[in-house]
Amino acid sequence: MARIIVVTSGKGGVGKTTTSAAIAMGLAKRGHKTAVIDFDVGLRNLDLILGCERRVVYDFINVINGEATLNQALIRDKNCNLLYILPASQTRDKEALTQEGVGKVLDELTREFQYIVCDSPAGIEKGANLALYFADDAFVVTNPEISSVRDSDRMLGILSSKSRRAERNEEPIKEYLLLTRYDPDRVKLGEMLSLDDVQEILSLQLLGIIPESKSVLSASNAGIPVILDEKSEAGQAYADVVARYLGEERPHRFIDGKQGFLRRLFGGKK
Amino acid sequence: MLNTSPVLEFKSSTFFAPILILFNNDMAAIEETLHAKINLAPEFFRDSPLIIDLRDLNKQNQDLDFTHLTQLLRRVGFFPVGIRGGNDQQNKQARALSIPIDTVREQGAPIIAGNVQKPEINPQPSSQPVATVVKPSANPAAIAPVAVTSTLVTQPIRSGQRIYASSDLIITSQVSAGAEIMAEGNIHVYNTLRGRALAGVHGNTSARIFCFDLQAELISIAGDYKTSEDLNKQTYHSPVQIYLQDHALIIKEIA
Ligand SMILES: Nc1ncnc2c1ncn2[C@@H]1O[C@H](COP(=O)(O)OP(=O)(O)OP(=O)(O)O)[C@@H](O)[C@H]1O
Ligand SMILES: [Mg+2]
Repeated sequence: MARIIVVTSGKGGVGKTTTSAAIAMGLAKRGHKTAVIDFDVGLRNLDLILGCERRVVYDFINVINGEATLNQALIRDKNCNLLYILPASQTRDKEALTQEGVGKVLDELTREFQYIVCDSPAGIEKGANLALYFADDAFVVTNPEISSVRDSDRMLGILSSKSRRAERNEEPIKEYLLLTRYDPDRVKLGEMLSLDDVQEILSLQLLGIIPESKSVLSASNAGIPVILDEKSEAGQAYADVVARYLGEERPHRFIDGKQGFLRRLFGGKK
Repeated sequence: MLNTSPVLEFKSSTFFAPILILFNNDMAAIEETLHAKINLAPEFFRDSPLIIDLRDLNKQNQDLDFTHLTQLLRRVGFFPVGIRGGNDQQNKQARALSIPIDTVREQGAPIIAGNVQKPEINPQPSSQPVATVVKPSANPAAIAPVAVTSTLVTQPIRSGQRIYASSDLIITSQVSAGAEIMAEGNIHVYNTLRGRALAGVHGNTSARIFCFDLQAELISIAGDYKTSEDLNKQTYHSPVQIYLQDHALIIKEIA
């Protein structure tokens, strides 16, 4: 039985698609057959970050409408044969996404895959609600700024009241925090909220802190999820996230800034 | 001539009346029980308005002639002013008697609730009285029969969520900014309160708000409110209780 993960945030542009691609790749790389679904109808994005945009023939909506089978629409990733992408439609309108249709597709995927990652669109409208409705776990992607934290809080309310699990009175969706685009230097200057500030409001289990990193942009330009860039801090941070999600204990990194040259030399306080 | 002074004005308000809940349609038994109750406190019941609640009766499919009941109640000194939970026939009779029909909000059913403890969960028909009168007194503490029920919520209340309890409301998790919690009775938050908290929403001026860490956007008791701007910075971030005294909200730190 697969676990369905929704990557959600409320606020736009915080790193949901970056995160979806990275963790889906991370899970697949560790031997779990994983599918990642783009729920952002009209704004195809995930396929670009995974570098498979030229291989898109059929999409999620085609499958929902019965115009293609799931196997026809799923694209196998070029870097990992356990990872499959179900792209969003660029041309259809959002109304085609129905709860019944999404439920059927997820049901079918559940039989074949171990993890299903749902990349949610921004907002708290239908698309975002459908992306989270069937979820077992939620990765709440938050940037260290107050509007993003507020939106995440709002999303958590929806997760706990509008999901299938909530409606059926089952065990609630497991909620995790992913603090992304974290810049310790700016936190120190008081330009960004600190981890503690964020946790005071959200109090969630922290899955990881993803530092602000130029490697994210270069990875997405190259069409390779940043988790495959093992030298980059963001890549390592995402690898930690996947490991923690799978139950490994790993100390949190990237909370404090890079150690300055002098500090490294003279061993300043940790 | 242009007359500028207004002739009338509508204001929303709440009118308190005791509710007569009937559990049995035996008119003779009802009359006998009412007389016994009135004899205990004649002043208390004289000319009292009364709302007649027939939900229980209709749930048990016990029929009752509402016109007869109204005559009986008037005879013993009540002024029936409303009916709730009546069937079609009873509502029609009420309309003919110019008695308003109250559409009942489900009692004790908050928007979200963890465990709701309702007294009617365990009905014991055999030992049930024929009639119960819930009577307000000059002391507002007795107005709302809130003490008998409470609603417990253990999950965090997030921004955008609203909770309504027709009882006391007990919350053990945090209440986020942008969330709203309302209760007809008291509100207890054993955590940080950042959202809006409204106690005694039906006018119970003796309702109180208790919280471990006051950072609320708004607090209100029976309609008297303060926003975060008016909150005393000294009690901000402190464990407090909040109550009404002569229409002023008092915020007292709990030592
Ligand atoms: N850790 C990071 N460091 C630097 N840039 C990042 C990081 N994470 C994301 N970005 C950049 O932020 C932008 C938005 O990222 P992404 O598309 O993943 O967000 P999103 O939440 O999916 O957006 P939308 O709400 O529009 O779907 C992209 O340009 C991405 O490269
Ligand atoms: Mg996106």
